[in-house]
Amino acid sequence: MTTVTAPSPLTAGEKGRAGDKFFSGLTFAAGALILVVLLFVTLFLVVNAYPALVASPAELTGESFFSYVWPLVLGTLLAAGLALLFATPVAIGVALFISHVAPRKLAKPVGYVIDLLAAIPSVVYGAWGMLFLAPLLVPIYDWLHTYLGWIPLFGDPSATGRTILTASIVLAVMVLPIITALSREIFVQTPKLHEEAALALGATRWEMIKMAVLPFARPGVISAIMLGLGRALGETMAVALVLSSGALGWNLLSEGNNTIPAEIAANFPEASGLRYNELIAAGLALFVITLVVNLAARWIVNRHKEFSGAN
Amino acid sequence: MTTQKTPLEDSVSQPIAATASGDAPAGPERRHGRSRLTAGQLPKWTPYAVGAGALVLSAAIMALIGFNVAGWVIIGAIAYVVGMYVVTLVKENRRKATDGLWRNLIIGAFLIALVPLISVMWTVIANGWQGITQPGFFASDMQGITGKYDRAAEAGTGPILGGIAHALVGTLLITAAATIISVPIGLLASIYLVEYSNDNVFSKVIRFFVDVMTGIPSIVAGLFAAGFMLAVFKLFGAQPGAQTIGLSAAIALSVIMIPIVVRSTEEMLRVVPNELREASAALGVRKWRTTLKVVLPTAISGIASGVTLAIARVVGETAPILVTAGFTVATNWNLVKDWMMALPVYIYYQLTTPTAPQAPEPSMIRAWGGALVLIILVMLLNLLARAVAKWLAPKTAGR
Amino acid sequence: MKLTRIGQAAAVLSIAALGLTACGGSNNPGTSSSGAGTSGSGSGSASGSASASDAPQVTGTLTGSGASSQQSAMAAWAEGADGIKSVQSGLKVQYSPDGSGAGVKKLIAGQVQFAGSDAALDADEQKQVQTFCGPEGAMNIPVYIAPIAVSFKLSGVDKLNLDASTVAKIFSNKITKWNDPAIAALNEGVTLPDAKITPIHRADESGTTDNFTEYLHSAAASDWSWDPAKAWPSDLAGESAAKTSGVVGLAAQTEGSITYADLAAATNLSHASIKVGEEYVVPTEEAAAKIVEASKRVESTNKNDMAVEIDYSNAPAGSYPVTMVSYQIFCQTYKDQNTVDMVKAWGTFVSSQAGQTAAQDEVGSAPLAASISDEAAKAIATITVAK
Repeated sequence: MTTVTAPSPLTAGEKGRAGDKFFSGLTFAAGALILVVLLFVTLFLVVNAYPALVASPAELTGESFFSYVWPLVLGTLLAAGLALLFATPVAIGVALFISHVAPRKLAKPVGYVIDLLAAIPSVVYGAWGMLFLAPLLVPIYDWLHTYLGWIPLFGDPSATGRTILTASIVLAVMVLPIITALSREIFVQTPKLHEEAALALGATRWEMIKMAVLPFARPGVISAIMLGLGRALGETMAVALVLSSGALGWNLLSEGNNTIPAEIAANFPEASGLRYNELIAAGLALFVITLVVNLAARWIVNRHKEFSGAN
Repeated sequence: MTTQKTPLEDSVSQPIAATASGDAPAGPERRHGRSRLTAGQLPKWTPYAVGAGALVLSAAIMALIGFNVAGWVIIGAIAYVVGMYVVTLVKENRRKATDGLWRNLIIGAFLIALVPLISVMWTVIANGWQGITQPGFFASDMQGITGKYDRAAEAGTGPILGGIAHALVGTLLITAAATIISVPIGLLASIYLVEYSNDNVFSKVIRFFVDVMTGIPSIVAGLFAAGFMLAVFKLFGAQPGAQTIGLSAAIALSVIMIPIVVRSTEEMLRVVPNELREASAALGVRKWRTTLKVVLPTAISGIASGVTLAIARVVGETAPILVTAGFTVATNWNLVKDWMMALPVYIYYQLTTPTAPQAPEPSMIRAWGGALVLIILVMLLNLLARAVAKWLAPKTAGR
Repeated sequence: MKLTRIGQAAAVLSIAALGLTACGGSNNPGTSSSGAGTSGSGSGSASGSASASDAPQVTGTLTGSGASSQQSAMAAWAEGADGIKSVQSGLKVQYSPDGSGAGVKKLIAGQVQFAGSDAALDADEQKQVQTFCGPEGAMNIPVYIAPIAVSFKLSGVDKLNLDASTVAKIFSNKITKWNDPAIAALNEGVTLPDAKITPIHRADESGTTDNFTEYLHSAAASDWSWDPAKAWPSDLAGESAAKTSGVVGLAAQTEGSITYADLAAATNLSHASIKVGEEYVVPTEEAAAKIVEASKRVESTNKNDMAVEIDYSNAPAGSYPVTMVSYQIFCQTYKDQNTVDMVKAWGTFVSSQAGQTAAQDEVGSAPLAASISDEAAKAIATITVAK
């Protein structure tokens, strides 16, 4: 593969340096372009959100913009948080299954199927959630309420099953393939030598995974989770279709709660005047949430940087 | 469950665990007198025996609180995992038991993941099959299809007319355009991050904001692209409204896609062993050639997978296309003129505003058919990406 | 290895299958029968040639955007065999169901030539639209009248009488059981089960909710304290679903549910009769058209504006008050003659009896009364080129 024609060190210098400069410039420009795009998006959000932020409370939906948006912020975090709580352990389990446990003959097609599942459009997940999953969950919610009703999370159950918990489960199913696919790629990249060294020292397979694979993969897995979180936070159609939205509440089994993207998608088409600005401002709030969540994630990843292969 | 087992575990496992975790490998061998290699191991039939026991136990529990299949399987599975752990702990040692426990949990995770995924797939295939097998489903758009025909179809007096030709063309063009825009930008940016930046402040800023970008709700990306293209078109003096084209949708999708491409390719480039770069550098190869000829090919399989994932992610996006590309029933091959339909938008509208409100069934069938086609499309794309990756990858990949 | 190859084979096969199916040819009515290709302009059907001769022919593409409630009717008007193509074979109309608010916004920005909206332009919007439409602004022409049925699913009960205050109490969760004395008093002789009522409302903002809450607000003010709005009152908990098909679907799969939806779309559900005066009126297209005919006009800066305000409290006998009027909004002036011709041809057709009948046949909307139809034709005739 790497058939490098041995260049004369004298002539190659000039040409190569120009190539190097050009190429690094190009990559730098691409990076800068991304920032420019994001700057534009931010500007768009701020300019359009501004009227809602400074408007007099009487013209807004809630008593003030803050009182309108905070239940939505909490609802979004709740739905995405629950989704990650359900999806992450399963996704890492599946990724390990594919990379280290399953026989190779099984692992390949399974990995392939998982990749495919990332491709199912969110509107299909939404349709599946509302037509199939929600009715299925009604008896389970009834059961949870009967036996665990003393926990405030499991209050009066909904008759339709279209609750924040159902929405979280749908979100979990949606982010599962994303986290799995990326984690699997990382697990597979674990240096063979590390794994074999661990096994040679008498480690069981699990100990090998724990001591060689997981530490190596940790930053990658965290980014995979973050990508999943981004998807869960920003998911629009599935939540809009599955959730009976309403005011914020602790009861996971009844209708209520809403997420920012679902709120925007549901109300944007009919929004006019200040209401439009208000919805964009809600989008800005989501943007800020992502910013904060990512700051936290970066901080965690940076603490484990020493395991990465490059540099 | 666990509370029942704990006393047993405590009373029986303690002494054995003590000997097993000590320097005892020789001990059990002599006691049993079987082959030296298999001594101290559980016989092969153990999992089956424990499994059967778990199912019986589960059936007994279910008999007490009312039987249903799902509960029976779930409790049975939990009982099996706990049972295997205890048995291995008693007969072998704690390390092997832990190993087995995690192994079972990993397999369990896989099985749990399969349940909803198979359910989704099944829903789409079962409902979509009827759609894609309608004659002319791929060749027709929705021109001339009105409620009259759908009502006839639901009443059984006519075929289900109409199809997805316009939406399929739109999706292919829009997604291809978005890919052409995003992949070079995303790939180059991630090369910058991994190979050239030396972790300077600028790279940290990019990395951070790329993460933030993944959190832009898709509808906001769409609204942004619509506003941006309107401004650009105004700049060039075009008529307002002329920006409602496929390209606007492609730009909206790019905003969503770029961070995903950067995120996944960066991770893939990062795990390329440094030894390869150093070896290449030691041979006097320039860094840009090393990057293109050594680093990229090594990571290409992962990059292809990441790009496919990114495409797969945007190909199903509804909201951004909804607000950028308009709504049409006719096939449009031109990305820069006239409205364009895309499959997810088609599915969304067929589901939410059926062509015949009194007879939504034919619309549902078309919608599910569209969903199935979308999935098949991504499947083909995936295969293509794999073939490309294989073709480009170095012949001696690790595994 | 082996599996990949099988996978590749499968891929090749499925491509082949797709190709074969594609070779089956299109099944679009009009295009396949006449053998014409799927060209963008559409060749039109031969059936309407008789009426096509008496109107001046226009060619071009007319673009609209707005309410999704009109989407199905729009398919009939723009695409159907009895649609615009039967009288204007060269006119292509495209309509994007973006929602009323978005449609009006696009009209104001001049991105579309007409908007569909479930609500007439308010004074503020009428002012904003003048930049595109000229100093006389725009006119709201009622084109789509849809009775909003109060539909329910309750096994053993398929007929129900309700009055405004009972409906208000049910949807504000004050009546929670189907055998509540308030319901029973209106339905003598009907056995009502002791079941929980699950009211279902629209999750998205909609003209349907706007009209429904407006009805409750004016007909049952003491039991409905919220102001009419496109969005459901945020402090009122309840099940919800997106879009008309969503609420109808959810109601159909939930026993004991009640919802409000466009009558034509509320299939598989029973509809309550609503008390008007002393009698109970079944929701029908005719009863809905009747109340629109009897309604007052809204004051407007544009003299051709036909926005109506339904008087819920004084509904004439036999009329169905919970009715949504959806408009198409046209400018008084356009920049060029061709656009004016296209808009006139389109607007006249849609509000004409032929257009209304086409929509009724396809969608089940209520046709406009002849008097309103004529008035609309006169209003649309005044559209001119901007000076």
